[in-house]
Amino acid sequence: MTDLKPRYDLAVIGAGPAGLAAATLAAKRGLSTVLLDEQAAPGGQIYRAITRSPVKNPSVLGTDYWHGADLVGPFRDSGADYLPGAAVWSVSRTLDIGLSRDGAARILPARHVILATGALERPFAVPGWTLPGVMGAGAAQILLKTSGLIASGNVVMAGSGPLLWLLAWQYLRAGARIDAILDTTPRENWRRAMPLLPAFARSGYVGKGLKLLLEVRRKVKVIGNVSALRAEGDGRVQTVVYRQGDGAEQRLPADTLLLHHGVIPNINLANAIGCAQSWDEAQRCWVPDVDGWGATSVEGVAIAGDGAGIGGALAAEHRGRLTALDALHRLGAIDRATRDRDAAPHREALDRALRGRDFLDALYRPGREFRVPADETIVCRCEEVTAGQVRDAVKLGVSGPNQTKSFLRCGMGPCQGRLCGPTVVEVIADARGVSPAEVGYYRLRPPVKPITLAELASLPKAEDEVAAVMHH
Amino acid sequence: MAEPDVIIVGGGLHGCSTALHLALRGVRALVLEKDHIGRHASGVNAGGVRQLGRRAAEVPLSVASMALWHGIRDLVDDDCGFESHGQLKVAETEAELESCRERAAQLTALGFTHEEVVDQAELRRLVPSIAEHCLGALVSRRDGAAIPYRTTFAFKRKAESLGARFHEGAAVARVARSGRNWRVETADGVAHEAPVLVNCAGAWADRLAAQLGEPVPLEVIAPMLMITARVPPFLKPVVGATGRTLSFKQFPNGTVLIGGGLLGRAYRDENRTDLDFAKVTTNARTVWDLFPIMRSATIVRAWAGIEARMPDDIPVIGPSGTEEGVFHAFGFSAHGFQLGPIVGRITADLITRGASDLPVDAFRIQRFRHTAAAA
Repeated sequence: MTDLKPRYDLAVIGAGPAGLAAATLAAKRGLSTVLLDEQAAPGGQIYRAITRSPVKNPSVLGTDYWHGADLVGPFRDSGADYLPGAAVWSVSRTLDIGLSRDGAARILPARHVILATGALERPFAVPGWTLPGVMGAGAAQILLKTSGLIASGNVVMAGSGPLLWLLAWQYLRAGARIDAILDTTPRENWRRAMPLLPAFARSGYVGKGLKLLLEVRRKVKVIGNVSALRAEGDGRVQTVVYRQGDGAEQRLPADTLLLHHGVIPNINLANAIGCAQSWDEAQRCWVPDVDGWGATSVEGVAIAGDGAGIGGALAAEHRGRLTALDALHRLGAIDRATRDRDAAPHREALDRALRGRDFLDALYRPGREFRVPADETIVCRCEEVTAGQVRDAVKLGVSGPNQTKSFLRCGMGPCQGRLCGPTVVEVIADARGVSPAEVGYYRLRPPVKPITLAELASLPKAEDEVAAVMHH
Repeated sequence: MAEPDVIIVGGGLHGCSTALHLALRGVRALVLEKDHIGRHASGVNAGGVRQLGRRAAEVPLSVASMALWHGIRDLVDDDCGFESHGQLKVAETEAELESCRERAAQLTALGFTHEEVVDQAELRRLVPSIAEHCLGALVSRRDGAAIPYRTTFAFKRKAESLGARFHEGAAVARVARSGRNWRVETADGVAHEAPVLVNCAGAWADRLAAQLGEPVPLEVIAPMLMITARVPPFLKPVVGATGRTLSFKQFPNGTVLIGGGLLGRAYRDENRTDLDFAKVTTNARTVWDLFPIMRSATIVRAWAGIEARMPDDIPVIGPSGTEEGVFHAFGFSAHGFQLGPIVGRITADLITRGASDLPVDAFRIQRFRHTAAAA
């Protein structure tokens, strides 16, 4: 393991494309830099296990995946310190980073922090989604990348979004059988997306995307316009029940149901730090407020990559470099003119990488019937709170997710709202007839990752032990 | 809509309780809350319902409030998650045990019998998981814990059902005399009038007091709390320590709350608190020492509310020292939750009858007349 310095100019949190690119650039240009990452190896989720995947045949995961290796080499040569297996659970306003590794916690101070915490799958709450055998497409993809594992038996995929199709393609390449893809993309999305098609057509994705889509459609039965979905089974999923449009219920046998409704920024750490955030109507999620350099409302804290709004892996890489240049400038290593000049090619590349994103956002926006689940659907898995309970709380006068949290405990479990927050917001907004912007989001608190009492007790003690006030 | 009889500033537990007790007497209150009901200390505190260890001045109020807690459903139509399995303070040394005995004797001399000293065997019966070195404890058996936000919300809803009104998102910008009324303007330009004004503004109450010409030395604090993932049930009472700072309890769902008054940083103008993990670690060590069963537990969340602390650690309750028709109830110094039910009644009594049958002189705001002027 790397011997850590007592303090760094720059700490980058997350070793996906944004974090790798940011740390590489900053370290090469002289900042003492540390890259902290929860995983055992670099790559983030998109390039997960890029240095150690057992899936060696490049045609399975695709060339876009293997591009990740182009980021890891330069990072290794950059002079940045690298701390894998490190869970960051807090960043204070004074930029002291709380992290746990190998069962011990420590506080690491930095002068500047770049969050590159990426994206997570939008929670897709349907009846039965908590049954064993039901999982996110993203999770299934991680298993494939890290261990070469694919689901066996009857496999059904359901949802909407590029990742669903990519996983289907990778699954087929890896020799898996997929019984059906239940496409939940609402028909009316096409109307909204069509005007944005020309820009998408000029993007680099269109050719690859179409090829992939056609290959999947040739080999798998795709059922479109799915308007209702649930998983049923005794102890684990056995049947997927769905409806097409206003049609009758149909049933499919399933041992595995892979759900996907796009990805949203993982905002937990930024939110817990206190970074201002806004509702993004196009991507239908909360996004931290950042300027063109990734700088947040909190001094010394920047965000690079999908954590500041979904832009995809290539955009993340370029955004990483831009935030690193701004960090160099803010720390006094380069002047403003140098920053702006050196940023120009990355900005151009970023614009190219973002081309066509609007089209994807519009096309793959989840339908209301899935964003706002029916009463009996569990929305908070940790505390087993249903959408109906949230609606009842709204009827009593509860107006936002922080009150439902205090009232129903939803969002209070170990996941800190990652699995329920977006759905709870949608349910409350729908019940009140207002925009999620008005409803707000959970105020999250450190530790944003669970830590053990033993880890916490291992922290160095405060110098000034404060006299106790009387307890409650 | 008819103008209210009383305007209450602050929709925490004390404001909601005052509104409820006024409503029970047929007095119409309007509660102005700058955020939402129970947003700060009332909604996020540890939920301890404790007579144990209170300062002498608070004991009669605390005992009277406990009677209300044991009938809380009758008062607010909701059990507020209240459970009574006692609270105790563990003694780890002979000297600490002796101080527990002295404390119990002092209370007995004042005529109160709710605190008793128990030996090691009884401590172990009450808390089987306590570390072996603990020698005994001071116990208050009728104490317990409740769910703070649910409690505050229940008081609000009951008050509302009896005619009280609540305006959330209504920050008070200015108060001024208007004939025999108080005129209260909110930040969004709305004005309300009533002959009586009640200051239940918690950590912001000093600003209202200053407008009324009676500044107080209120300190804004942020006591930190943390909670674990669920563990199998092992603890019923709320446990504190005699020699160090701790408040420790397990909820019915298995999660364990760890607190004890260690302070983070409060920024009241931003509604924000920062945690200080270097201090949280002190709590973690205490738990490590006292509850070996907890050593593998996982902390899933930590937080700090914004509270008001007075220099003498007891609240301000009672009429203004400078203005007619103004009453205060604030500054509960991080132990006001249990007092909520009774302080609303006291304030309602002071407003409607001009007196309370409980001794409240110690809480007069005039006690700060000189300290605040010097500050």
